[in-house]
Amino acid sequence: MKLLDSTDSGNSSSIERTQYPYVTGTSVIGIKYKDGILMAADMGASYGSTLRYKSVERVKPVGKHSLIGASGEISDFQEILRSLDELILYDNMWDDGNSLGPKEVHNYLTRMMYNRRNKFDPLWNSLVLGGVKNGQKYLGMVSMIGVHFEDNHVATGFGNHLARPILRDEWHENLTFEDGVKLLEKCMRVLLYRDRSAVNKLQIAKITEEGVTVSQPYALKTFWNFNAFQNPTVGAEGSW
Amino acid sequence: MTKQQANWSPYDNNGGTCVAIAGADYCVIAADTRMSTGYSILTRDYSKICKLADKCVMASSGFQADVKALQKVLSARHLIYQHQHNKQMSCPAMGQLLSNTLYYKRFFPYYSFNVLGGLDNEGKGCVYTYDAVGSYERVGYSSQGSGATLITPFLDNQLKSPSPLLLPAKDAVTPLSETEAIDLVKTCFASATERDIYTGDKLEIVVLNADGIRREYMELRKD
Repeated sequence: MKLLDSTDSGNSSSIERTQYPYVTGTSVIGIKYKDGILMAADMGASYGSTLRYKSVERVKPVGKHSLIGASGEISDFQEILRSLDELILYDNMWDDGNSLGPKEVHNYLTRMMYNRRNKFDPLWNSLVLGGVKNGQKYLGMVSMIGVHFEDNHVATGFGNHLARPILRDEWHENLTFEDGVKLLEKCMRVLLYRDRSAVNKLQIAKITEEGVTVSQPYALKTFWNFNAFQNPTVGAEGSW
Repeated sequence: MTKQQANWSPYDNNGGTCVAIAGADYCVIAADTRMSTGYSILTRDYSKICKLADKCVMASSGFQADVKALQKVLSARHLIYQHQHNKQMSCPAMGQLLSNTLYYKRFFPYYSFNVLGGLDNEGKGCVYTYDAVGSYERVGYSSQGSGATLITPFLDNQLKSPSPLLLPAKDAVTPLSETEAIDLVKTCFASATERDIYTGDKLEIVVLNADGIRREYMELRKD
């Protein structure tokens, strides 16, 4: 990123700022369940309208106690992972028996996103941060301009519109692991049908007091033969 | 080639309404707990109220990231004040600090609409109301945020506030009792929730008086 500004003599170019994202991931969904947090995201990264990359891991562990899921610009996510890596490294180097929990990591991310927004050069991501430490479950979200909150279920992008309503209706305390996965799959299926940047290859990650497990990539079963979608133009001749 | 315009905004409105009413020896500060963006609700359980000092509570609505940053700055400054003066900041002092902090970012404002409530140095209720860049005044009651346009006229009617143009200035502190004031606040929010889409879910009420601080909640419509 060029750091010249218009005060440099004879140079009329201004400080470059992020204008728009290039390679982007779509929704991430996170829920609290009995033993910890479950997070789901598909493995797609789009280049505008092209579904360019189909094996991108958008959910990653952070330290011992947290998981981060990102939607938005993938290169900015990689930058964030590098910063978090450094953060965890320095935390470990203290070697004092203490370790950064999900609340702390969420706060660090919030400060990072807000400060970049203040410089008009945002990291173009919406992040989901979940984890368990000392039995306390934590799930939060940060947007690219620094808006942040925690809740029992969160989602980014299209997930906010399509998945949150399902979660508001069907989420409850002490979901079992199986029920949690079923609920996430239900949300991911709706996103697959209705979000054009979704791909049918997803990973579900789980974090509990014991540690992190990220599932192998798999596909959801879909059904395209609903009666209402057969002969779709029958009621409106000339449409497509 | 024309200079590229940014296609993202550094601001967002996360909605919500805040109200504060000053009494003879108490202060009521209230805000809803809904956080929204556009036509979506992000969360139904988010507090807009922040205790800055023993006798000083702030409620803010607007752009949540700026609100949180502002609360952090003020809390940090209060901690420094305590280290330097070995006492809590008074509400009028915090009032001035908030105004200065807001004006400091006059040319890239905190998009935060604040009401500050507490007890002044004589133990009387005091409410300060602000705009986004720090202009403020002490009033008997105030409302800010998305539902303010619905609530302020109702409070003007119920609290029969003397005109701020009168000389000598008449005390605007309400003669209502603490219970009556809390009831009034609940009525305000129930009404605002009906017509303002950004207000609802739950009402958080903080009451400051000589005995200390107390918190109360009331359910609001979730649609």
